[in-house]
Amino acid sequence: MNNSIRVECSKKNLKLIRDFVTDYLQAHNLSDILMNQIVLAVDEICANLIIHANHEDPSKYITLVVDKQKDGVRFEITDNGAAFQRTNYKEPDINENIRVGKKGGVGVALVNRIMDKVEFKSNGTKNTCLLYKKIA
Amino acid sequence: MSMKITNEIKDATIIMTLDGELDASSSVVLDEELSDPEIMKYHKILVDCKNLHYISSAGLGVFISHLQRFEDAQIKLIFFNMQDKVRNVFEILGLDLLMTIVGDYEEATTIANE
Repeated sequence: MNNSIRVECSKKNLKLIRDFVTDYLQAHNLSDILMNQIVLAVDEICANLIIHANHEDPSKYITLVVDKQKDGVRFEITDNGAAFQRTNYKEPDINENIRVGKKGGVGVALVNRIMDKVEFKSNGTKNTCLLYKKIA
Repeated sequence: MSMKITNEIKDATIIMTLDGELDASSSVVLDEELSDPEIMKYHKILVDCKNLHYISSAGLGVFISHLQRFEDAQIKLIFFNMQDKVRNVFEILGLDLLMTIVGDYEEATTIANE
């Protein structure tokens, strides 16, 4: 089974990515909720890379590689845009977001709460995000 | 990936039916709908989520960003018929405690009329 997908940096391709992850995980009999959580976490990272790191530039690409490991599933998402600065990341205060009517800023919080491991690496030109989720 | 929104008006209530997926691409449609000044004429917005199959932070963000404005205008925003997997996404961020999510249409109208 194909375990990688490469798409142009357009928000319209998020659906392709979600369908790819869903198809890949289909064989593992996950609950609806767990399946949705994993698809969501990958979607959130890809949306951030497409929108923030690559400014929806369709001449740029992101690549997702998925691997089933012994007791879990591992996703590697790479791009060549601006690297995510984890040191600048602050957990959102939802009540404050509501008070000021803020639209964004809760995606990475979802990813952190869903996934068992979230790592960001950059070598200057290529950025890699690694996600790992234990599944039975 | 598209999101289809249908509004049905009953007196001072809008029943907004969401059909599709709310991601970073499609949630723009929802934002336009909730930003429409017309909507402020109604006292109750009941959101039917039966056919909402997916929501990402972009979709949640749209609701988060309008919540205070509706509350200030004393407009009740009530979600009903939400699928478990979608409700779970609200729960991960604790939004189920800050928004009104009920089981079915009857419950939604009961709460709306309180």
